[in-house]
Amino acid sequence: MSYIPNTPEERLAMLSAMGRSSIDELFADIPSGMRLKQELNLPEAKTEFEVIDELTRLSCKNTVFKTCFRGAGAYRHFIPSAVKRLALREEFVTAYTPYQAEMSQGVLQSIFEYQSMICRLTGMDVSNAGVYDGAHAAAEAAAMFKDRKRSKTVVSASVRPMVLEVISTYCASAGSELVVAPVKDGVTDLDALAGILDGATASVYIEQPNYFGIVEDAEAIARLVHSAGAKLIMGCEPISLALLKTPVESGADAAVGEGQPLGMPLSFGGPYLGFMAVNNADMRKLPGRIVGKTTDSEGRDAYVLTLQAREQHIRREKASSSICSNEALCALTAVIYCAAMGKEGLREVAGQCFSKAHYAAEQISSISGFQLIYDGFFFNEFVTKSSVSPSIIMKKLEENGILGGLPVKVDGEDCILWCVTEVNTKDEIDMLVNILKGAAA
Amino acid sequence: MSGLIFDKSKAGRRCAVIPSCDITGYSIPADYLRAEKAELPEVAEVDLVRHYTNLSRKAYGVDNGFYPLGSCTMKYNPKIDEDAAELRGFTDVHPLQPINTVQGCLEAMDMLAGFLCEITGMDALTLQPAAGAHGEFTALSLIKAYLTDRGETGRTKLIVPDSAHGTNPASAAMCGFTVVNIPSTPDGLVDIEALKSAVGDDTAALMLTNPNTVGKYDRNIETFAKTVHDAGGLLYYDGANLNAIMGIVRPGDMGFDAVHLNLHKTFATPHGGGGPGSGPVGCKARLAKYLPRPVVTKNDGTYSFETPEKSVGMVKSFYGNFLVCIKALAYIMTLGAEGIREASENAVLNANYLQESLRDSFDIPFDGPCMHEFVLSLERLKRETGVTASDIAKGLIDRGIHPPTMYFPLIVHEALMLEPTETESRETLDFAATALKDALQAAYSDPDSLHRAPVTTPVGRPDETAAVRNPILKA
Repeated sequence: MSYIPNTPEERLAMLSAMGRSSIDELFADIPSGMRLKQELNLPEAKTEFEVIDELTRLSCKNTVFKTCFRGAGAYRHFIPSAVKRLALREEFVTAYTPYQAEMSQGVLQSIFEYQSMICRLTGMDVSNAGVYDGAHAAAEAAAMFKDRKRSKTVVSASVRPMVLEVISTYCASAGSELVVAPVKDGVTDLDALAGILDGATASVYIEQPNYFGIVEDAEAIARLVHSAGAKLIMGCEPISLALLKTPVESGADAAVGEGQPLGMPLSFGGPYLGFMAVNNADMRKLPGRIVGKTTDSEGRDAYVLTLQAREQHIRREKASSSICSNEALCALTAVIYCAAMGKEGLREVAGQCFSKAHYAAEQISSISGFQLIYDGFFFNEFVTKSSVSPSIIMKKLEENGILGGLPVKVDGEDCILWCVTEVNTKDEIDMLVNILKGAAA
Repeated sequence: MSGLIFDKSKAGRRCAVIPSCDITGYSIPADYLRAEKAELPEVAEVDLVRHYTNLSRKAYGVDNGFYPLGSCTMKYNPKIDEDAAELRGFTDVHPLQPINTVQGCLEAMDMLAGFLCEITGMDALTLQPAAGAHGEFTALSLIKAYLTDRGETGRTKLIVPDSAHGTNPASAAMCGFTVVNIPSTPDGLVDIEALKSAVGDDTAALMLTNPNTVGKYDRNIETFAKTVHDAGGLLYYDGANLNAIMGIVRPGDMGFDAVHLNLHKTFATPHGGGGPGSGPVGCKARLAKYLPRPVVTKNDGTYSFETPEKSVGMVKSFYGNFLVCIKALAYIMTLGAEGIREASENAVLNANYLQESLRDSFDIPFDGPCMHEFVLSLERLKRETGVTASDIAKGLIDRGIHPPTMYFPLIVHEALMLEPTETESRETLDFAATALKDALQAAYSDPDSLHRAPVTTPVGRPDETAAVRNPILKA
């Protein structure tokens, strides 16, 4: 099945209307010596029934854990049915980038609403329409703040390792310097950071909460960074923004982050959504698409892609980023999710993440042999070490349908990075604690 | 009902409600809290559903009608691919689960990578890049790492034809290369003499799409490859136009060393109003050890993730836009080898049929058989009537089709670029030809009707100048 509506007879009729007798003639420009002599080595075509059967069989080889205490950059949250259904509407799903504004007002308005929502969550003035994911957003933000005088990026070692790696790939390709600022007690080491900052530093990237779940003293970091004349980029967990101090209140110059918690399933890592927002002063540095509100000739409200002079199709090699396709449908999902949860609902989700994580941390650290490795204030992720090896713990949990926290090495020690969200019930946490007790005994 | 979702907010209204918390007694100290609540809307579920349903009615997808956007391959997106990507065993899997619990995901990735290598004639492939431009960045990073590894750091120049997509030079610049633009010949092909004088011991690579952006297959490709390879450079294939040649000729056989694909074009995954896409990068064996980590490997029937020996590192979190990959996998499985070839053949047939239908009416700057797309020039029309390519495009909206790509490639003035794809019927192509000719006629008989177009849409042309002068970017 090739989804070609024209029958073989119609194809011939079309050819003959052009004075041709075979499709092959249309490929005359391709030298015959280069052409494939046989069919591609691919499996034979399957019917819809067979394809879904085979893919269902493949999907069943994966384990869907009933209970999940793992985060570390991808988070399981409740997704309301209305969010899923609305984001599946085919007019949205099968649309191209809204270059033709008049027939794309629905897509453009949804992006405008998304930008507004990101600004309201972060406190920033301007959001773009989104980039590939949180790590990519961080890398783009670091690139955005570089100039001839300042080209060095500083990243705290307390950020998610994957984000650090992506920033590092981007810096290596661009040929610019990246310095990692060390961690002390689970947070960015301020003294060490002060020693690293210099006149060549373009920006500093931190995460809030950081990889270990701890809330950084972002205001102190912002003061340090600004006194060195550099910019602070804050990678934010979006649900925590409903409660925690905003990046603007902390003094950040750019707020970026992984938008996956806002209504996107785990999906083995993608598609996710990178959000990026800045203050007005840096509006024209922001990469990617931006939707603006204007009017048409009759004075009706109209939305349109704007400030395009920043982008690759106009600036070509002078553009700071080559991004073209983004994650628009994920941005749509995020805005519908935020509207579905609403002003109070998102606070409640954030509050439950916090309460349940703190309950779990207290319970786990009360088990003999288990302890939290840091004292710092955390949101919904935390790190423990134990006398029992993480691999034994994970095995026991797996037998009970639980995906445990992520085994991580901290300062050479085997630890576990736990994550608790609103979907974890007290019963689940208690069951987890019981299994850990059993493992420790 | 119009207005923003924020305008529909009423204090106290709720939509989704989560179970009340069964754990109490914990609260965040005031020092850590934001000063004011984020002003998210407060709406009932019915308000939410109607708002976004109404917005969807002001959007236009392939499911609504013909979408001949040149270079974008807006083919029909099969529904089974969507169903496959909604299987719980794919959507509810954490990316950091133990490897033994995600064997199905890895097998799917391995299958797709194998199929794409076969289609492109490459030896190894990564699914990590999230879009075409991301694939360009990734492939150029591989090339840079390869050259650096060989000590050829003097190779700083990347040759790009002036007909290239804007992402090409922008990605090159992101990787620290200096872009050398070379002109096209009057028939829209790469100027071989210009290429010969541009290559040298400072050449890193030539970045090319073939068929090119005017829809022509460059038959000199073997000479280009030899010229660049002899000078010690590499060849990079922009896969935007792969839909013309699948099963007929392969970039790997043309001499290309690396290629990016657009699963959201060639492999029928939907564009989502701008994304998510997926931009896998394939390469020849000599570049494989630089691929982003991790890559999937298979040993004794068990799949695992490995880091290539000299990996450039990750270009994105985790493993790419996995669910988009599942859709593309379902698509290739459904078509099979023969179907893949037929898709390209019919994409080319449809483009030629539409071009032929328009030949007597429009100026076609690069005449002769085209591949999967072709370009019209409305320069003469503009001179004679004052009607621009944009006016014609807007007039097409009133005539019931999505406009073609406008003002691209840059080497053609007042360009309209049409790519009908294989999934359109003869009647649709006839309808489009009639609409285009009708708009052309209106340019002479009633040009104002085109300057005013479109009039059948919820809004007319937005004032773009005002949008830039006085940016309103949020509510």
